[in-house]
Amino acid sequence: MTKLKTKSLKRRESELANARRQVEILSNGIFQNGELPTFKNKIAETNQFPLKAKKLEILQINVGYMCNQVCEHCHVDAGPDRKEIMTTETMQQCLEVIKKTGAHTLDLTGGAPEMNPNFRWFVEEASKAGIKDFIVRSNLTIIRANKKYYDLPEFFKKHNVHVVSSMPHWTRGKTDKQRGDGVFDMSIKALQELNAIGYGMPNSDLKLDLVYNPSGAFLPGDQASMEKDFKKALMEDFGIQFHNLFAITNLPISRFLDYLIASENYEDYMYALVEAYNPSAVANVMCTNTLSVSWDGYLYDCDFNQMLKLPVNSKSKHISEYNEELLEGRNIVISQHCYGCTAGAGSSCQGTVA
Amino acid sequence: MSKTYYDPADLRKFGKITEWSEELGTKFFDYYGKVFEEGALTAREKSLIALAVAHTEQCPYCIDAYTKDGLQRGVTKEEMMEAIHVGAAIKSGATLVHGVQMMNKVNKLDG
Repeated sequence: MTKLKTKSLKRRESELANARRQVEILSNGIFQNGELPTFKNKIAETNQFPLKAKKLEILQINVGYMCNQVCEHCHVDAGPDRKEIMTTETMQQCLEVIKKTGAHTLDLTGGAPEMNPNFRWFVEEASKAGIKDFIVRSNLTIIRANKKYYDLPEFFKKHNVHVVSSMPHWTRGKTDKQRGDGVFDMSIKALQELNAIGYGMPNSDLKLDLVYNPSGAFLPGDQASMEKDFKKALMEDFGIQFHNLFAITNLPISRFLDYLIASENYEDYMYALVEAYNPSAVANVMCTNTLSVSWDGYLYDCDFNQMLKLPVNSKSKHISEYNEELLEGRNIVISQHCYGCTAGAGSSCQGTVA
Repeated sequence: MSKTYYDPADLRKFGKITEWSEELGTKFFDYYGKVFEEGALTAREKSLIALAVAHTEQCPYCIDAYTKDGLQRGVTKEEMMEAIHVGAAIKSGATLVHGVQMMNKVNKLDG
């Protein structure tokens, strides 16, 4: 059993459960008084404003905010108390788009996507569309959370799902601090089960990648070095193998923003993001080739904008009225949280971009 | 003027030293950057050495900087504390080894 780390902001009735309030915080203070440049002004320095969407490559679908974990830094504010779940009707609309889109990657996320009662049906149907790379972002512990999920590794294998899982550190202490007591041990067990059926093994087509995001108010280190350290430690301590490590920067929104403010790290963190700004990362930020679909079918430039309720700047606003031509070339909606994707080597759901 | 000798925000201004001596400042930062690149030692090992030295030098800016740098590199708190003990051991050893000089002097003057 895992012990929940905290409660969702929504459950706590925190003011930060309100997306508009988050955007206000990100727009005021050090960005309003000119102490730090706004993201818009920063990218304008290199003539990269407005950021424009290119051809769609990745369709990311958030099938619901319900999760068996309540991680300290979750940008979704997910948890067991979140009831926002994608309906089969919306899933059906997504399937229509999946069939006709030229995107090479389909990326299912949540919450714990597996907790959507229609998750398996959706995966079965979506896998028929012949998308090249079909990702499910699994938090690992869900595989061990309840008997009804024990066969998930086999289910993933059957549909050739690419499993991408969060792992904040190779030590128990740092992982449990961020994700809850017991998460590390359950994650290790789940990884061993995935390895046992071929996931993550060298030369295996069953892709298993890990996502590393820092456990506190600091930026991720070099992705390649971190991957080396993760591989060495997980192999030596637990005999675990995986393919790639994606180092992802925590964006200052939702529960991570709450943590930054409560721990008095907000300003220092924003300074660190701005100081690490890398103009060459801007050209490849994921919002330029990704589209994020929310549990209720609305379209966003990325999962972070979805959580901030900043919809796409396009006439095609909902999956039911999806129009790839209208969406291509749209201006990306930005705010100061975008500095999280342009710091250092850049950051995206697929790791570094620069 | 600041009422304290150290202000954490001053660390962000470190680069400004170049403004008053561009050539030397630039040379210093180029050298500094080069030192911390991966080489015969990994950047992670260098970060831990820097953390230990930061403590023996008792530089609060360096302690802040290399604690954060270590966290970014996935260095654990146990590794950080061990590194500091290495610095402390050398520092105390350096003090104590001078005890031999004291002993030599005592033996010479009062042996």
